[in-house]
Amino acid sequence: MDEPIIEALEPPKPEPKGLNIVVCIKQVPDSAQIRVHPVTNTIMRQGVPTIINPYDLFALEEALRLRDQYDGQVTVLSMGPPMAEDALRRALGLGADRAVLITDRRFAGSDTLATSFALATALGKIAEERPIDIVFTGKQTIDGDTAQVGPGIARRMGLNQLTYVSAIDSLDLGQKAIVVRRRSEGGVQVLRSRLPCLITMLEDTNTIRRGSIQDLLRAARAPVAIWSAEDAGVADPMKCGLRGSPTVVKRVFAPSPRAEKAEMVTIEGKAPAQIGDALIDLLFARDPKLEAVMTAPRP
Amino acid sequence: MSDHFDAIVVGAGPSGNACAYVMAKAGLNVLQIDRGEYPGSKNVQGAILYADALERIIPDFRDDAPLERHVIEQRFWMLSEKSHTGAQYRSDEFNEERPNRYTILRAQFDKWFSRQVRAAGAVLITETTVKDLIKDDAGRVIGVITDREGGPIYANAVVLAEGVNGIVGQRAKLRPEIKANHVALAVKETLFLPEETVRERFNLAGEEDGVVIEVLGSVSSGMVGTGFLYTNKESISIGVGCLLSDFAETKIAPYALLDKFKQHPSVAPLLKGAEMKEYVAHLIPEGGYDAIPRLTGDGWLIVGDAGQFVNAVHREGSNLAMTSGRLAAETLIQLRAEGKPVTEATLKLYRDKLADSFVMKDLKKYRKVPRLLEGNRQFFTTYPAVVNKAMQMFLRVDGVDKASKEAAMMRGVAKARGGWWGVVTDIFKMARAWR
Repeated sequence: MDEPIIEALEPPKPEPKGLNIVVCIKQVPDSAQIRVHPVTNTIMRQGVPTIINPYDLFALEEALRLRDQYDGQVTVLSMGPPMAEDALRRALGLGADRAVLITDRRFAGSDTLATSFALATALGKIAEERPIDIVFTGKQTIDGDTAQVGPGIARRMGLNQLTYVSAIDSLDLGQKAIVVRRRSEGGVQVLRSRLPCLITMLEDTNTIRRGSIQDLLRAARAPVAIWSAEDAGVADPMKCGLRGSPTVVKRVFAPSPRAEKAEMVTIEGKAPAQIGDALIDLLFARDPKLEAVMTAPRP
Repeated sequence: MSDHFDAIVVGAGPSGNACAYVMAKAGLNVLQIDRGEYPGSKNVQGAILYADALERIIPDFRDDAPLERHVIEQRFWMLSEKSHTGAQYRSDEFNEERPNRYTILRAQFDKWFSRQVRAAGAVLITETTVKDLIKDDAGRVIGVITDREGGPIYANAVVLAEGVNGIVGQRAKLRPEIKANHVALAVKETLFLPEETVRERFNLAGEEDGVVIEVLGSVSSGMVGTGFLYTNKESISIGVGCLLSDFAETKIAPYALLDKFKQHPSVAPLLKGAEMKEYVAHLIPEGGYDAIPRLTGDGWLIVGDAGQFVNAVHREGSNLAMTSGRLAAETLIQLRAEGKPVTEATLKLYRDKLADSFVMKDLKKYRKVPRLLEGNRQFFTTYPAVVNKAMQMFLRVDGVDKASKEAAMMRGVAKARGGWWGVVTDIFKMARAWR
């Protein structure tokens, strides 16, 4: 083939509109299906199906709703082994526009400090293309249960953090402001924050949609961007993986089952007072100390 | 890319995966749709993998497919309430470089198979149910409608690899509803046992060697059916399956039947201390040759269980499924290469390929067996009981002379079938059905 005389020109890309949202998700073992090895009493990870951390789905759905309302793009970002690509592909099938996986041997063994470092750095890389308006994460993961990574990212990126958010009341793109409801001890806080910010979504705040056929076809065909530590811009290996992780899991084990057994008792009579008396007698007979405490005269 | 495909494969079991793999490998634009959360999540089998059928599709599958044990010993048991009479064949020659049969766990195996399909270039979407087929004005199938938003998806051919129920085919009026006496309902448990225990209990030298037991007789409680017990690496698969129509008539609960089998004195010691990991149930097409629905039409064809491709006598199914899937794929590849449309007429190629293969040859050979067994319960009840009784009499030393014992045994066999004529008729019937 001859060299083309006039080189092909890329058509100008339309100026991106609306919100630039990134949702951080994690692939976790389906904890409902984890079994304990009957002989060694260790947790059997092999063959346990993996899922998107269920809490992250509330974050993803909230992000998709904002995109549908205000236009824009939802990127899903995950750090994990290469197989975490499955989780990202699933997220694309649920309607996300773009997926980025940061995966590197150097990330292995990361605790929440190292994870939030790596994710924050990758988010910085994404923001180079176009500033991020909102970073979403789930409330916590079901395997680590720390709820630390979201706040960790916010701190490192200098973002306002809105944690345990139950609803987004309003968003003003022009003013770059958002109003959310946040669950707090003893009540609900209504918070107003500037954008960009980081939001960790509470569970049961929405229901994740079913992607359309087009979403699924796109998810099956679209490439997931795979970034190494270098691609993600992670320069300091001392802050990554095991070396960047001050916390260490010493042992994972299944607690031995409780010895007490449930017991069924038969009580003569049907009147509630009769049944109540009989039950209290039984409890006191089992635990005389309890009787002493309960029947002691009040001061 | 447009939403028009060379072929849409409905289902990601052995037949659908075989078909999608072969087509994608040949460069066809293939979409595969499965309703399960992941491929294999809804798929159930005993399960034995027959290497030959897979080898013809993925020659080096042994390199990375998740296999449990290869079968070096096969036992056949005739069960009565407290006994079993058995025959077994074991050979070190089965310890070959490329073993012939393997036990597998389908959830893991199907995931692997599906990965190969996607690596070959097919597009897979899961958690999506095909609700109906779309036809043009001439009645030609041109695509599918799913339970998700976003219009129909079109294709030159729709391969129905949808499994035994054939619901999509029924809904599109391409096939009748399956009959209760054409399917067996099988229930199975996967029981965990430490690897060494499996090895010791079944007299196995290595962790790759395996035993399978096929069981006939009291295991089916008078119904037309069989039981099985397969050794996996760290578990045992045990199950029993009987005609659905028999379950309906006898009102026997399938789980109760399996529990009884597990408690049989010949079985219980093999399972001692095992922990149940999985309980599954599935329909198996066992109607044989005469139950095969129409397999092709304009724009569509059927592969696998949906076509009743199960050899119930030899307990083979997944190999027929994979082979039919491969032959369907080869047909569609050839039609595309020749620029021919996919019609009832051009799909004669698929029907001919099937007829030339062991799939149809074997189903034809045993054509009469399903009806024979359904009408002659003595093969599941009387004979196993009599054989076990005779064996006991033969082996027990109790002062009775051998000639009297032999005579009593012979009388017992004859009496069980209302005289010698009954026995001779049974032998004749079986021989004819087998021919």
